[in-house]
Amino acid sequence: MTTTAGHRRADRSSAGPPPARRRRRTVLALGGTALALLLALLAGVAVGAVPLAPGAVVTTLLDRALGVVGIHLHAGLVGSDAAVLLQLRLPRVLLAALVGAGLAISGAAYQGVFRNPLADPYLLGAAAGAGLGATLVIAYSPAQSIGPVGIVPLAAFVGALVGVGAALALGTATGGSSSATLLLAGVAVASFLAAGQTLVQQQHSEDLRAVYGWLLGQLGRAQWSDVLLVLPYLGVACLVLLLCGRALDVLAVGDDEARSLGVHPGRLRLIVILAASLATASAVAVSGLIGFVGLIVPHIARRLVGGSHALVLPVSLLTGGAFLVLADMVARVVLAPAELPLGVVTAFIGAPFFAGLLWMGARRR
Amino acid sequence: MSRQADPTAPRSTRGARVEVVGLSAAYGRTRVLDNVRLTVEPGGWLAVIGPNGSGKSTLLRSILGFQAHNGLVRVDGVDTTGMPRRERARELAYAPQRPVLPEAVSTRDYVALGRTPHRALLAPPRPVDRQVVEDVMDRLGLAELADRLLRTLSGGEQQRAVLARALAQQPRVLLLDEPTAALDLGHAQQVLELIDRLRRQDGLTVLSSLHDLTLAGQYADRLALLSGGGVAVEGPPSTVLTAAALQTHYGARAEIVAAANGPVVLPVRAPE
Repeated sequence: MTTTAGHRRADRSSAGPPPARRRRRTVLALGGTALALLLALLAGVAVGAVPLAPGAVVTTLLDRALGVVGIHLHAGLVGSDAAVLLQLRLPRVLLAALVGAGLAISGAAYQGVFRNPLADPYLLGAAAGAGLGATLVIAYSPAQSIGPVGIVPLAAFVGALVGVGAALALGTATGGSSSATLLLAGVAVASFLAAGQTLVQQQHSEDLRAVYGWLLGQLGRAQWSDVLLVLPYLGVACLVLLLCGRALDVLAVGDDEARSLGVHPGRLRLIVILAASLATASAVAVSGLIGFVGLIVPHIARRLVGGSHALVLPVSLLTGGAFLVLADMVARVVLAPAELPLGVVTAFIGAPFFAGLLWMGARRR
Repeated sequence: MSRQADPTAPRSTRGARVEVVGLSAAYGRTRVLDNVRLTVEPGGWLAVIGPNGSGKSTLLRSILGFQAHNGLVRVDGVDTTGMPRRERARELAYAPQRPVLPEAVSTRDYVALGRTPHRALLAPPRPVDRQVVEDVMDRLGLAELADRLLRTLSGGEQQRAVLARALAQQPRVLLLDEPTAALDLGHAQQVLELIDRLRRQDGLTVLSSLHDLTLAGQYADRLALLSGGGVAVEGPPSTVLTAAALQTHYGARAEIVAAANGPVVLPVRAPE
């Protein structure tokens, strides 16, 4: 007992302020979740109506990647198998990973900004705005697309940003930048937009199926163009959020204390909300409304790595990507050749998983 | 209790003079502070006392620049109004009455937040930041609790962690809003002893609000009694804590007993 105490004391006063154990845990968490994402991606492209051997998948992808620099392996999948992999599975799986990552990191950021564990990316009117936008064009638009961009994704994207923008404008106009006022403004805007959507739906019941199909979330029509469409927005938004991790840790101690530490809480909150909303709007545009990912994945990340946003944000990003790839795989496989709505699957998998985590957490305490 | 400076401690006369000149603040149309004037000498401890709602917290928040106000706040002669936030945060550290204790954060990570004004906001902590954090935790007896979650500490330990976070800022002035509000008598005394030791060792200036008049009189070297929006009396505890002043400003009946380190306030019930 005395020796351990003495050892600890020596350990502390010597060079060791950054305890190696903590750094190892960080590397383990980031490496582990990155590996999980890779395995999920591999499983996602291998499993389906036409099963593909994981080894052949890897070889094919390596062959294509090296082909860019002029090296050809002359191995891997050929013919229709290659087409299934490259034209169907790969864009879909990558899109699932992007959407899951974007929703999860946005959820973690929203929970941090509002200091509220029940916050999710749809909180400030992004979902309601996207819903109204999509419903409006499904009901009224004669055109299916503007140039190469589908009209529904575009309307959902714009709607989500308009929803959040209205909530932000209302919140800042009435209460500065306090999180409580912003939340209430979000509630007001969301219910108003949702009412608008219900009204339009009511008048156009013949479009109900299309609207619901979109609302429940799907990746069934994923193409490379979708991946390329959202990648820039999601990339920038996620990068901004990752950079804000340490600042969010400061915000966690309250607005006054953050001020006393030299941080501008209102400005930080605005930057984070804008970035998270951009990520959410991009995700919603290509996948509809997929619930649960943005709410639950950050909690899973926090169970894994503790409360520091500097770690919770990247771990949420990676875990969210892996989670949605697997959920989409389940959605494709369970009732094949029919597909389950992705939002249903995320809730079906996520809720029991989260309940298990809560139960284990309670037992540990 | 030793009121001698520890000779082995590093003597750095870091404390700054804090001057408050003509400070007024209001919530909407309700004027809370009216033309407050105060000076805290470098290395001094001024406790702001006063009845509930007299504006003690508002005064501290105005000095920190969190609260819209008129008037001047000077730190070593420099007006804080135009001072960049981060620069101000290197001069003034603050512990609120009810600190928000983030969930699932270790004591060490919490204390490390105090380094925020010293490092780039987006960058990870530097070795010097880690060293300061470990040193502060050692001094405040938190080393054994460094890996514990902040929320699992006792009230006294949490208050020490909040102080440690403020000290990790390496400030010149500590502004403490009711540092003993959530503590029992023994822990309150421990925390106040600690604050006194730190200010003597480091030469820190301390400006705190304290609602317990006896503790204020025992520990602070000057008191300012806020009442009716202004400073009613200011001076050493023995001149501020008088039965007459407590009757006038608190509507309280109390006897004042002189003791070793300052006056002791005894509430007395009125005779039938």
